[in-house]
Amino acid sequence: MADRITLQVARYRPEEEAGVTYQEYEVPCPKDWVVLDGLNFVKDQLDGTLSYRWSCRMGICGSCGMTVNGEPKLTCATFLADYAPGPVRVEPLRNFPVIRDLVVEIGDFMRKLTRVKPWVIRAEEKPLSEGEYRQTPEEMDEYKQFSMCINCMLCYAACPIYGLDPKFIGPAAIALAQRYNLDTRDEGAPERLEILSEHEGIWGCTFVGDCSVVCPKNVDPAGAIQRYKLSAALESLKSFVMPRGSR
Amino acid sequence: MSERLPPAYTEYHPRWLRPRMSTYWWLHRRSYLTFVLRELSSIFVAWFVVYILLLVRAVSRGEASYQQFLAWSRSPLVLLLNLVGLLFVVFHAVTWFNLAPQAMVVRVLGRRVPGRWITASNYLAWALVSALTAWLLLGG
Repeated sequence: MADRITLQVARYRPEEEAGVTYQEYEVPCPKDWVVLDGLNFVKDQLDGTLSYRWSCRMGICGSCGMTVNGEPKLTCATFLADYAPGPVRVEPLRNFPVIRDLVVEIGDFMRKLTRVKPWVIRAEEKPLSEGEYRQTPEEMDEYKQFSMCINCMLCYAACPIYGLDPKFIGPAAIALAQRYNLDTRDEGAPERLEILSEHEGIWGCTFVGDCSVVCPKNVDPAGAIQRYKLSAALESLKSFVMPRGSR
Repeated sequence: MSERLPPAYTEYHPRWLRPRMSTYWWLHRRSYLTFVLRELSSIFVAWFVVYILLLVRAVSRGEASYQQFLAWSRSPLVLLLNLVGLLFVVFHAVTWFNLAPQAMVVRVLGRRVPGRWITASNYLAWALVSALTAWLLLGG
């Protein structure tokens, strides 16, 4: 196995260039090195001007998402050796504006995330003295998968609908809304439905399904959205058949 | 190409780069192509509805009209259209059946039915309806 590999890194330096250029760096390629290790080697040893985001190195913080050889990947979980003999092309996440090099602007996603109210909503909070809201393991299993989301935005980078229409709320935000809707402690489903039943909400999704393929946490946002569509359709049917809420 | 000037830039308001999606984005990934073909297949589903309505109309207008419809159906152009249509409709059915478990959560006796069973039951229903239709047309 080759002990070095070439990284072709997308550079965008707004003060110097109008578009993307690619710069090649040769980095070591031991079998336990991930793409992020390669980038850190570049930053430390070869070129301190390279900009990219990272934090935890263990697939939890969700900040090192980039496009590796055309695929949205967490660079901390993508081994260089799997791409030997290379080269490995590293680009910023697709469908987001690029601020610099591999750093993308994520404000749009952050705003969408808060729009779907991803927290437990209660009609009435019970007093602390009555203790916690209890849940059985089965009830937790209902939403646990969707709660694994780390907001890495790989699903947004994989979604052509989001790329074509940035107003689309998008996979992760809808999956998180579903995570709270399926939580027995939550009573906020009607509030979320108002936002998600808009055209740019669940109905914007055409089930390409790539969001679930690229998800590093097996959240299955595509599944969450389709299930949400089904419950939203049933809900509107119910309100059509029984106009006076008999929920 | 003339040399482009670097964009206006200040320390606090850097110019973001907004790459546009290529018109041919659906050719870039296999899954995107599958998706676009699946969307396209709905045109052929609609074509078969029209075709059957035309058949019903021909039958209702009597023997001569029905024979004319059969002759028209035998023309190479209609045969080709129906063959392509059949391929797309099969593609439509298979891809949707395979996606069904992602959209459906079915519980039997409090337990979640595995996805494979949901797909299998779709295929089974398809086979049963096809067999019934074949029996009605050929044997019944």
